[in-house]
Amino acid sequence: MIARRALIGLAAVLLAAVPLWVPGNYDISVCSEILIYAIFALSVDLLIGFAGLVSLGHAGLFSLAGYTLAVCLGAGFGQPAAIALALAVTLAGTAVFAALSLRTTGVGFIMITLALGQIMWGLAYRWVGLTGGDNGISVASRPAPFGISLAVPSHFYEATLIVFAFAVFAYRVFIDSPFGASLRGTRDQPRRMSALGYNVWMIRFSAFMVSGLLAAIAGILFVFRAEFISPPTAALTASAEPVLMAISGGSGTILGPIVGAALVEIVKNIASAYITRWNMLLGATFVVIVMFMPEGLVPGTMRLMRRGFGPRPPAPAAAAAERKTPP
Amino acid sequence: MWTILAINSVTFGGLLFLLSAGFSLIFGLMRVPNLTHGSMFMLGGYIGGSLIATYHVPFWLAALLAAAAVAAFGGVIERFLLRRLAGSVLAQVLVTLGIAFIVSDFSLMVWGGDPLSVDAPRALAGGTRALGVFFPTYRIAVILIAVAIAAILWAMLDRTRLGAMIRAGVDDPEMARVVGIRVSRLFTIVFCLGAALAGFGGVMGAPILSVYPGLDFAMLPLALVVVILGGAGSLPGSLVGSIVIGFIYNFGLVMVPQLAYFILFLPMVLVLVLRPQGLFGRAAP
Repeated sequence: MIARRALIGLAAVLLAAVPLWVPGNYDISVCSEILIYAIFALSVDLLIGFAGLVSLGHAGLFSLAGYTLAVCLGAGFGQPAAIALALAVTLAGTAVFAALSLRTTGVGFIMITLALGQIMWGLAYRWVGLTGGDNGISVASRPAPFGISLAVPSHFYEATLIVFAFAVFAYRVFIDSPFGASLRGTRDQPRRMSALGYNVWMIRFSAFMVSGLLAAIAGILFVFRAEFISPPTAALTASAEPVLMAISGGSGTILGPIVGAALVEIVKNIASAYITRWNMLLGATFVVIVMFMPEGLVPGTMRLMRRGFGPRPPAPAAAAAERKTPP
Repeated sequence: MWTILAINSVTFGGLLFLLSAGFSLIFGLMRVPNLTHGSMFMLGGYIGGSLIATYHVPFWLAALLAAAAVAAFGGVIERFLLRRLAGSVLAQVLVTLGIAFIVSDFSLMVWGGDPLSVDAPRALAGGTRALGVFFPTYRIAVILIAVAIAAILWAMLDRTRLGAMIRAGVDDPEMARVVGIRVSRLFTIVFCLGAALAGFGGVMGAPILSVYPGLDFAMLPLALVVVILGGAGSLPGSLVGSIVIGFIYNFGLVMVPQLAYFILFLPMVLVLVLRPQGLFGRAAP
């Protein structure tokens, strides 16, 4: 336990000191991006790992927050008002997403979230009057809380890190709470939970709302970092990336999606120097991870460290999907 | 104008049927939403289009060759990837998604970013004038072919031994295995059949939609919406769903072009709220 606390403390210091030991503004900016995607991956994994629900439409929520922010800022709203509106609109959108997709579970849930996510992409792409279509929207300014300009990459990184730390802490509290336990209960034994008097639907719905809130926070940070948003942010690949991050890192853990986000972003940045197209690598990684390492990197490494030679437990997500759900 | 719009809607519905019938059958039998289905449609269009444009293969022969090629591709996916993941639906879905990304990038590499436009077969080019209205011949032909394929599929499913085995597999795969049906071979057959239909649909659609990067992920949600609407594993469901979506999409494109994609949402919402198993799906036990 003490060793664990020490490790977390060390990681916190290392993360906070990134502007000191990471050379160059570009790389610091990449670190901000990793933190933002880590929040997004945690958002998606709250559903995959703890509720057994795989969403392939979360980029719809991520970009809904981003577009709302960009449109509000473009319309002359102040930063706080635009952020509040982006959160509110995304939560409303999440409620619609959840109400529709939770009509089913399992594969039906995947299909409905995918369709909803593509519809958001269609809106971003086609509703040119609002979203600028293919040209996207540029956001001119980053906020300056307490008079500190976030236009400086290292300042922006530290601000992102603070949001990230809060998000991870809240996430931890959330999944360790009785509510988190009941959420895992709905993942593993929905019928028993229902028989015990829990409202399974409401538990899943609430988890979806929390997930949507995290996606919205990530989306807002994303737009402030890139100072730009365009339809690819809402595309299916953008929904698939956090799923890959969660599954490659280790679904159903906190560290897993964070490590996964770091890996995917680093690979993406390195690869973009050599190949112009990221999609093929993304697809191939998906196939390889699913075929050969279904439990993810973090649980796999932890298993090795514990020197457990017992039978390998199935990954939570895979196990959840294996349970037969009525089509 | 309304007549031509209605014809276009039915034509698009016919193309959607070719796409979604296979998707629905695969989903009904294997419980796997095949996320490469849009890619198969696009791949069919590219292969058929190249055969026609570059090698001057006759249109219908090219369509059949493209269908066969895509069927073989589907067979490889089913045999070598999906089969190894039998029992884990999530893993199967993610593998099909990964392959869809690979295909989309591969196509961009091979065929480039410019749309590939394909001419309709010469015999069907132009239009026919009847009752004072101008009918584009090729679109009428697409409708007739879709109807013929629907009839053949229905006869195959309802009247043949193979169809009976597939229906048994859809209803209860374990019990079908017990009575001696080789369900895993059915999986391969149905997967190849679905892939062939999607590939054929891609060639049929090429003169109307042209083939372009991104066609795959534009078509995939349409197939999903059709199946959510019509109910998984149901042939009449695919047919009705395709035509409904064909109408909504085409009328939407003309009347509210900026929201054309968004209004596809409406029938899906209605069906999910009122009848989550789909119009023709059976209620979950």
